[in-house]
Amino acid sequence: MVRIGDAPGVRRLLIGTALALSALFLLLPLVAIFAQALMSGLDVYWQNLRDEYTLAAIGLTLLVALLTVPINLIFGVFLAWLVTRFDFPGRRLLQTLIDIPFAVSPVVAGLVYLLLYGRNGWLGGWLDAHDIQIMFAWPGIVLVTIFVTCPFIARELIPLMQAQGSREEEAAVTLGASGWTIFRRVTLPKIRHALLYGVILTNARAVGEFGAVSVVAGAIRGETNTLPLQVEQLYQDYNTVGAFTSASLLALLALLTLAAKAALEWRAARRETAT
Amino acid sequence: MSIRIARIDKTYGAKGPGQTRALEPIDLDIHDGELIGLLGPSGSGKTTLLRIVAGLEQADSGSIHFGERDVTRVHVRDRRIGFVFQHYALFRHMSVYDNVAFGLNALPRRERPSTEEIRSRVMQLLEMVRLQAFAKRFPAQLSGGQQQRVALARALALKPDVLLLDEPFGALDAKVRQELRRWLRHLHEELHFTSLFVTHDQEEALELSDRVVVMSNGRIEQIATPDTLYRQPANRFVFEFLGDINRLEGDVEREVLTCGNARIAVPGIASGRHELLLRPHEISLATQASDRAHLPVTVSAIVPVGAEVRLELEADWLGEPWLATIGHEAFERLDITRGKRLFALPSQLHRFDAAQPTTLIPATAS
Amino acid sequence: MIVSAFGLGRQRRVLPGFGLSLGVSLTFVSLILLLPLTSLVGQLSQLSWSQYWFLITDPRLLASYGVTLLGAGVAALFNAAFGLLMAWVLVRYDFPGKRLVDALMDLPFALPTAVAGVTLATLYSSNGWIGRLLDPLGLSVAYTWVGIALAMAFTSIPFVVRTVQPVLEDLPAEVDEAAVTLGARDGHAFRRVILPYLWPALVTGTGLAFVRSLGEFGAVIFIAGGKPYETEITSLMIFVKLQEYDYAGASAVASIVLATSLALLLAINLWQGRFIKRLHGGRP
Repeated sequence: MVRIGDAPGVRRLLIGTALALSALFLLLPLVAIFAQALMSGLDVYWQNLRDEYTLAAIGLTLLVALLTVPINLIFGVFLAWLVTRFDFPGRRLLQTLIDIPFAVSPVVAGLVYLLLYGRNGWLGGWLDAHDIQIMFAWPGIVLVTIFVTCPFIARELIPLMQAQGSREEEAAVTLGASGWTIFRRVTLPKIRHALLYGVILTNARAVGEFGAVSVVAGAIRGETNTLPLQVEQLYQDYNTVGAFTSASLLALLALLTLAAKAALEWRAARRETAT
Repeated sequence: MSIRIARIDKTYGAKGPGQTRALEPIDLDIHDGELIGLLGPSGSGKTTLLRIVAGLEQADSGSIHFGERDVTRVHVRDRRIGFVFQHYALFRHMSVYDNVAFGLNALPRRERPSTEEIRSRVMQLLEMVRLQAFAKRFPAQLSGGQQQRVALARALALKPDVLLLDEPFGALDAKVRQELRRWLRHLHEELHFTSLFVTHDQEEALELSDRVVVMSNGRIEQIATPDTLYRQPANRFVFEFLGDINRLEGDVEREVLTCGNARIAVPGIASGRHELLLRPHEISLATQASDRAHLPVTVSAIVPVGAEVRLELEADWLGEPWLATIGHEAFERLDITRGKRLFALPSQLHRFDAAQPTTLIPATAS
Repeated sequence: MIVSAFGLGRQRRVLPGFGLSLGVSLTFVSLILLLPLTSLVGQLSQLSWSQYWFLITDPRLLASYGVTLLGAGVAALFNAAFGLLMAWVLVRYDFPGKRLVDALMDLPFALPTAVAGVTLATLYSSNGWIGRLLDPLGLSVAYTWVGIALAMAFTSIPFVVRTVQPVLEDLPAEVDEAAVTLGARDGHAFRRVILPYLWPALVTGTGLAFVRSLGEFGAVIFIAGGKPYETEITSLMIFVKLQEYDYAGASAVASIVLATSLALLLAINLWQGRFIKRLHGGRP
């Protein structure tokens, strides 16, 4: 096989440059996170982890993820089913709308929620009167996180379900299956991997969202700090080791996300070669 | 420019059970100006051989000469070949003009002709493939046949020593294929480039080639002119691959082959079990058996195709039905209908189980 | 047209769940996406044109537009080159550790932006691992527009790699072979043949990287330092105005950011559509 750029010199030069740049721009920062976190030794690291505010931030972050992921999962599946299985006026518009969170700066996302639910916002007065606090509390954090992460699952599912078509589902209808049975027995097995991948991405982004959350959280230590906000605050306090301790948890989650993605892709590729 | 292929062989994969031998050592001499067809089923090694000649694959050993020039270690881009791909491989983002001009524009500055020269050369090539009017179009706006003609013009732009074509008409529909074949034949007669093309279509190989190289399992089975190939196939594989065949298997005793209630005289064949083959057009039909052949058959299907009628013949003594092609005149004379009982009279029988393939003439139609 | 589309839709609605999925999707889109976005419009409608114009042309803000565009532009160009190189190396060559490098390309999407931000700020500050080496050379990255570009480049690395990679994978071997049999040297073949095939993906990926960089916040603010007129990005300006309870000002700036991003996205989609149409001979 003769291919462009397969001369040994060219190959070595390009691979070398690619590896050097990847190491400098991607690997080095990753290593730096853990190096900074462990700079003062394991004892300090454990101590930082057990810090009351850090634990509270971990708890809040988990809560946000636990609420965001299922809500977006349900929405993503319904939306994907709607736009890939039915033709109706406004279908393209709907697909374009859910891409908005990708285009919007997270700060703007936070802002629009603040305008809606904040003290001077449209619903703010009513919420205030009924003593419901959304902004500068966990419900606001969950809401903006849902906003920022809502396209991920649908975006994974739509191209796949479009490519698969609805022949098999139609066959199931002719066999008299109910909607739920069709979804569970026919559709779900085909989209399992894409769905899982979408969940992983949603989760990673939900845990790590910073810009939008920092607008609506109000930075109340131990109450409305998620882990990324905790990283910021410790860093601003010149507590570098503490900041990177929290950062290392998030980096660990990022590594798990990458590993899960690689494993899913590897399994998909293996299944493709098997057929 | 002649091509001399000597002891070329190729094995894919690492040593072990997964290893496949694509080519046994191959020798082939192609004369200057010859049009050679490489014919064989898929997996026969014909494409591998073509790609090795092009320099797109490396042989494990052996040598290739273009004229006196040893090109075995010469990179594709310096071999001075033109290559035409099955799926055209036109650059879809370039106009027809730019596609044809690509090779000329890619020449190093001091060898590159001036813009006007390139222009006149490209327009001349487009005229040759009768696509002058399409110079500004993009490949996607052309039909498959037109695209392949552009590909050919592009391959010829650098005046290659050798033109190589990999299943050039394989992706086209039957009618366009026929037309292009005839056209390529004319072009070849006009320009006299040496060319080698790969095909799995026997009709195409027979129609186009000066000589046909029949390949199977990485070996050359026969090299011959189309005429010789058809009349004197070297072995059963070649015979079978070049057309439809009918089988007759039975026991020979005293120069008569018997199979169930069928009998046929086979002069010169020793006693024992034998397999004889015959082509559909080598069967004629009669209402009575002759003294040399008693082969009762029943017509089970009738398909009129162009100048002839194809018949499917069944009999108790036949494992698989025979296929016979007869003229319309005979068809009407015999008043053939489905279910009609007739007698088959072979005009020739071919035998490949002996050391030397033989053709025998068992009976003349009475 | 709409009527016929409706009729067709009804006929083809063999599968169950249209009403339910439409209901869920519309409710969600309205509550989560549209309602908050409308509140922005509402806020803006309280401003007169002259007030609006005054707010969005504040000199400090104008400087932030400049530095944001500069940073995003440099970041996008860097990623066009780096992404193309990575896609090429990952698709065309085999080398030990290739799968790890491939997985690493997604790190910027998986890593929270704030973590990326503090890490880059630490690495490139004058006593960080890299800043320490650059400092004696008189080069400073942190607290300059270079740092902003660097942070933006980091967070948008996957865009170009992941859009170019599949296109390169699908490029038939015949394209290379056709160019080589026609005598083209590597450089010529790459520029004239391969690159045009990758062009739509490359432009799309670079465009997405640019849009993402314009809106980036978490990764940038730490390394930028936020010096007025010098290293304040537009997202930070919105944030600052919010902390000063200047909701009108924040909304005005946000409308600029939002409109720019949406216009760019639309432009990318339209351009892509037209380009692809041409390659398929007028058929979409």
